[in-house]
Amino acid sequence: MSLINKTLGSQPHVTVRVPREAARPLAMASPSVAVARSVQVSAQRLRSIDQWPVVMTSIEQLRGVVAVSPTVSGAAFAVRGDAKLPVVVIGIDPERFVAIIDVRTRMRAGRFEVAGDDVVIGSVLASDLGVVVGDKIRVVTTEGKSDTVTVSGIFTLGNRAADQTWMMTSLRHAQSLYDLPGGVSVIDLKVADVFDAERVASEVRDRTGLEAESWMVRNAELLSGLSAQNSSKWMIQFFVVLAVALGIASVLIVSVVQRSREIGILRAVGTSRRRVLLVFLIQGGVLGLVGSVVGSLLGAALAKIFEGLVREPSGAPKFPVVLELDLFVAATALAVGIGLLAAVIPARRASRLDPARAIQNG
Amino acid sequence: MGEPLLAVVGAVKEFGDRVKTRALDGVDLSLERGSFVALTGRSGSGKSTLLNLIGLLDRPSAGKVMVDGTDTSDLDDDALTLMRARTLGFIFQFHHLLPAFTALENVMLPEWGDRGFASQDLRDRSEALLRSVGLSDRLQYRTADLSGGQQQRVAIARALVRSPPLVLADEPTGNLDTASSKEVFRLMRRFNEEKRTTFLIVTHDPRIADECDRVVEIVDGRVASDRVRSGR
Repeated sequence: MSLINKTLGSQPHVTVRVPREAARPLAMASPSVAVARSVQVSAQRLRSIDQWPVVMTSIEQLRGVVAVSPTVSGAAFAVRGDAKLPVVVIGIDPERFVAIIDVRTRMRAGRFEVAGDDVVIGSVLASDLGVVVGDKIRVVTTEGKSDTVTVSGIFTLGNRAADQTWMMTSLRHAQSLYDLPGGVSVIDLKVADVFDAERVASEVRDRTGLEAESWMVRNAELLSGLSAQNSSKWMIQFFVVLAVALGIASVLIVSVVQRSREIGILRAVGTSRRRVLLVFLIQGGVLGLVGSVVGSLLGAALAKIFEGLVREPSGAPKFPVVLELDLFVAATALAVGIGLLAAVIPARRASRLDPARAIQNG
Repeated sequence: MGEPLLAVVGAVKEFGDRVKTRALDGVDLSLERGSFVALTGRSGSGKSTLLNLIGLLDRPSAGKVMVDGTDTSDLDDDALTLMRARTLGFIFQFHHLLPAFTALENVMLPEWGDRGFASQDLRDRSEALLRSVGLSDRLQYRTADLSGGQQQRVAIARALVRSPPLVLADEPTGNLDTASSKEVFRLMRRFNEEKRTTFLIVTHDPRIADECDRVVEIVDGRVASDRVRSGR
C-alpha cells in the first residue's frame, strides 16, 4: 500500500482530456464501390475541453470523486544560459491542485506560489538549470511563445520524471502561453477509494464523451505486479498459518502420546474429561500466544534492521516498515486462535484416553 | 450389619471382539466399612481387571459394581469420574506420581484436578498427610528425586488426601525393598485403624496377605477362596 501511496502521491487518480483528433476519410467504401485509401494519422494539438466548467461540475457530482482540478498542460523548454531543458508546463488553480497532489507539504525551498509570473519547479530541474528561489528562467513553448518566469519555490515529489520536468504556473499564465484563453486541457480527479478509479473513469467517459484515463490503466504494470504480490502474500500467509497449525498440533499430539500415563493418572484420581480437554486447549492457546509474542519481537527487529539496510539515495528507507499496534494485536489473536484450533484434535484424543489402559501401557 | 461399602455382584469381564477372552467370570465380592482386605492370585488370574472395575476405571461386561449403595452401571463418564474422585483412593505398584511435580503438588492433585483450584485447606491437609507419612522435609522435592519408598509414601498420602472411604492398592509393596514394604504396609494399617478407611490390597506377597484381616483369592477369574483371619 505504501508503494501505491508513493506512486499516487505525484499523479492524479483520473485524468480527463479531449479525445485524440482523428482524420475522417471522405471517400467511403460501399457494396458497389471499392476504395483503396491511405489515411494519415492526425498530428495532435493542444485543445481546450469544450465547456469545461460545466463538464467539471458534472464530474464533481459523480460518486466517489473527492477533488477536481482544471489544468492546462503543455510542453516547453526551460532556458537559462546555455542550458535548454524540456519541461512540462502545468497551469493550475493552486487550491484545487493541492487537493489532488499535495505539493505544498513537499516544498524543498521557497513557497508554493504561482501567481503572476511566479512558478514552482521540481528539485531535479532546478539542479539541472542551476537555479535557486528568486532566479529567473525563460520558457519557450513548443508553439514558439516565450516568457520569463521567476522561481518562487522548489518541490520534491519523489517521482523522478515529475521532479525533473514539472514547472507549475498559474492557470491564467499557462492559458496565455498556449493560446487557450479561458480554456483548460486537462481535468484531474481524486477519488475516495484509489481502486475505484477505473469505475469513475468509465463513468466520466460515459457521461462526457471525453477521454478519461485512470491511474490503474496508466500504471497497469505496477497494478499487475501489486496484484501478483498480493496473491503471493496471501499464499505465503496461508502456508505459514498451515505450518503453524500443523506444528502446534504435532507438538501437542506428541505431548499427548508422551504423557499418556500422566493423563491416565489424572483421569484415575478424578480429573474429568472436560478438564483434560481444557488443559490441552489452553496449552495450544499458550503455544500460539508465546509464539506470536516471540515472533512479533523477532519480526519487528528483523524488519527494522532490513529497513535500515536498504535506503534511497536521499537516505529515506526504500522499504519503509510501519509497525502498528493493531498488526501485533491481530497477529496475536490469529496465533492464539490457530493454537486453539490446532489443539482441538490432540485435546480430544487426550480427554478420551482410557485411564486404565493409559496407566498400564503408558 | 449395615450396607457394604462395596458390592460386586456377578461381575463378568470379557475382552476382544471376535475371540472373547473372559478375564472375570461371575465375581461376587463385598467389603464392609473399615475392613482391611488382601486380594491375591497368580498373574493373569483377573486381580487387576477386578481392581479396575472396582476402581470405576472400567465397566463390567455383565453384573454390577455398587459403591456406597450406588449402582455404578447407570452412571455416565462424568459421574464415574466424580465418584472416583470423591469415594476412591488409588495406590499403584509403580506409584504413578507426576515426576515434574513436587511431593506436595502430587498429593494435592486429586482435589486440584476435580475442583480446578488448590485451596489453602487442601494445602494444609496435604502437608499434614505428608508429615504423617514421614516426609515433612520432602514437601517441595520433585518426586523424581525421592527414593522408591518415599515415592510410595507420597502415593499413599495422595490416595488419602480427600479422605475416601475406600482405597485400592495394586501391589503397593511390589517394587520396594523389605524395610520400605513394611513401612508402607504399616502406614496403610495405621490409616485403616485411625480413620476406618477401607483398604483393598492386591498382592502377590503372602506375608502382606497374612497381615490383612481378610484374604480373597482369585483363580481363573473367580473367587476361589474368601477367608477371614481368626482373631479379627
